[in-house]
Amino acid sequence: MKKVYVNEKVCMGCRLCEVYCLLKHAQTKDLVKAYKKESPRALSRIRVDESGIVSLSVRCEHCAEAPCVRACLTGALSRDPVTGLVTVDEEQCIGCGTCALVCPLGVPKLDKAQKKMVKCDFCQDEEIPVCVANCPNEALVYMEEKPDNNRVVNYVNTN
Amino acid sequence: MKTFVTPKFKVNRDEDRCIQCQVCVNQCSFGANYYDAEENKVKSREELCTGCHRCEAFCPTNAIRVTYNPLDYRGNYNWRPDIIEDITKQSETGGVLLTGMGDDKSQRIYWDHIVLNASQVTNPSIDPLREPMELTTYLGQKPERLELEPGTHNLKTKMTPQVKLDVPVMFSAMSYGAVSLNVQESLARAAKEMGTLWNTGEGGLHPSLYKYGDNTIVQVASGRFGVHADYLDAAKIIEIKIGQGAKPGIGGHLPGEKVSADVSLTRMIPEGTDAISPAPQHDIYSIEDLAQLIYALKEATNYTKPVSVKIAAVHNAAAIASGIVRGGADIVVIDGLRGATGAAPKVIRDNVGIPIELALASVDSRLRQEGIRHRASLVASGGIRSSGDVAKAIALGADAVYIGTAALISLGCHVCQQCHTGKCAWGICTTDLRLTKRINPEIGARRAANLLRSWSIELKDILGGLGVNALESLRGNRLHLRGIGLSDTELEILGIRMAGN
Repeated sequence: MKKVYVNEKVCMGCRLCEVYCLLKHAQTKDLVKAYKKESPRALSRIRVDESGIVSLSVRCEHCAEAPCVRACLTGALSRDPVTGLVTVDEEQCIGCGTCALVCPLGVPKLDKAQKKMVKCDFCQDEEIPVCVANCPNEALVYMEEKPDNNRVVNYVNTN
Repeated sequence: MKTFVTPKFKVNRDEDRCIQCQVCVNQCSFGANYYDAEENKVKSREELCTGCHRCEAFCPTNAIRVTYNPLDYRGNYNWRPDIIEDITKQSETGGVLLTGMGDDKSQRIYWDHIVLNASQVTNPSIDPLREPMELTTYLGQKPERLELEPGTHNLKTKMTPQVKLDVPVMFSAMSYGAVSLNVQESLARAAKEMGTLWNTGEGGLHPSLYKYGDNTIVQVASGRFGVHADYLDAAKIIEIKIGQGAKPGIGGHLPGEKVSADVSLTRMIPEGTDAISPAPQHDIYSIEDLAQLIYALKEATNYTKPVSVKIAAVHNAAAIASGIVRGGADIVVIDGLRGATGAAPKVIRDNVGIPIELALASVDSRLRQEGIRHRASLVASGGIRSSGDVAKAIALGADAVYIGTAALISLGCHVCQQCHTGKCAWGICTTDLRLTKRINPEIGARRAANLLRSWSIELKDILGGLGVNALESLRGNRLHLRGIGLSDTELEILGIRMAGN
């Protein structure tokens, strides 16, 4: 499956991926309205982590052996065997937050108003996810999964 | 001490548009923007703003406009705001004012007073879309005459090394340490793609860039940083740097804080020590000494590479250039008044040296008069802004040009002149690893190559209009130029006629 990869050598921590992810999940298409008018404000499915000089954009990895799917109390989370996408069935989600506890990246977010968890779906209705499309430094790449790719990011010296 | 310098810029933030995303905060490396959590507002410390427009370019809602702070000093042609501020800063620091980039003062820019010709009726122009146009340039010493083998017509004359350029525009010397490795990689990749050269500057060649050796000019300068056998062998051209346009007669100083482990390895100096390039090369006090170094470098590389000598354009540039050619240099580089730098005393940058247009014309004329013009290629540098400037420089007698500032602008530089602070928000003139990431060499190479691509298309358009199909036909052909608004002396030095004449 196609996944979003982060080139941490050029991720500069501007957090525009967070901004555009939020917009994508807002009712409106207008950034100013999404932030200032919509209440409650939509949630970004992305988090930018920073440590020292390294910064990187973190989102759901859609793991093959997804711990969140295993841990989900109600079976709301499932991994599509064909597309490999881990999705949440909002009808069944009770917003207990167990998924967030077991996720090694801590990416599931809780929509407190709806009492549901929200997560990245790689923008299924877009050609490429909006975070990738709007990354100003091309640090995010949407490409076919490479089996040899180490998905746990190397925290080594970037240069 | 209380500073009397008032903020130069104003960060105007449209509160209706600001969404407090704080991109401006994380992008400003000068700390001019900050988030006030109590009021949930993004605010600015305007005294720290340098007018680099990074925040403006990255604001996703176009909420920011950085403008000059409308500080209206009482009008005075003599005591202009910049002069008042310089004096104020010096009274507060007691030091030399440092700055980056090139001379920004109002000395005449001759390119803007020179116009090109075009063919009409009596001589046909050429359509570059339909007919081949030749921009290929060979740098290096040309023989007195060519001899061919009588029977086979093969070349009998032994040629000295020639370097082929597909575009007569090269990237000028910017060292690793002054600019980041990502910037060098961007330029090196663009040079490779476009068939031209980039220049290491005096900072050595990082191991990761040896693969671009065929498109690399390596510099040997007064500090001799990073010079060793492999370095010379890797290059296409070796350049001896005597001076640079931004600071003729002045050496260089890379502060110890910028000498990281990687920079120290490349420069071959201990980590954290200041890298000081002396003002003169201490083994060159005459043309004869220069000739010794030229031939030492030629010996060291077995006469396989042209040796170039770069000088700043100064009053007697023509006589010096003649000496350089007679000393055995294959290429002479003249860097004009507007040539830029990573750091220089402001007083030197803005007051020392002569405009490249005049220096280039007088050097070319002098070498022709002495009958030695063919013995070296001439490269003009310092303030080349467009393909129009390139065409004019070629017509004034240059074989090729160097671009530095224009190349950096293609990568994002907004010419805010803060290179000397090492805090470049565009991630160009810095070694801060947090900032250098801002140049993605993939994008940088694309942008720099695109610039050369557009200039080469435009150059072909210019040539077509002139009715010639090769850059060779424009080279040194000053009849294609006319001057406007210039005095007789200026026209005479430039060797061009007044428009209408």
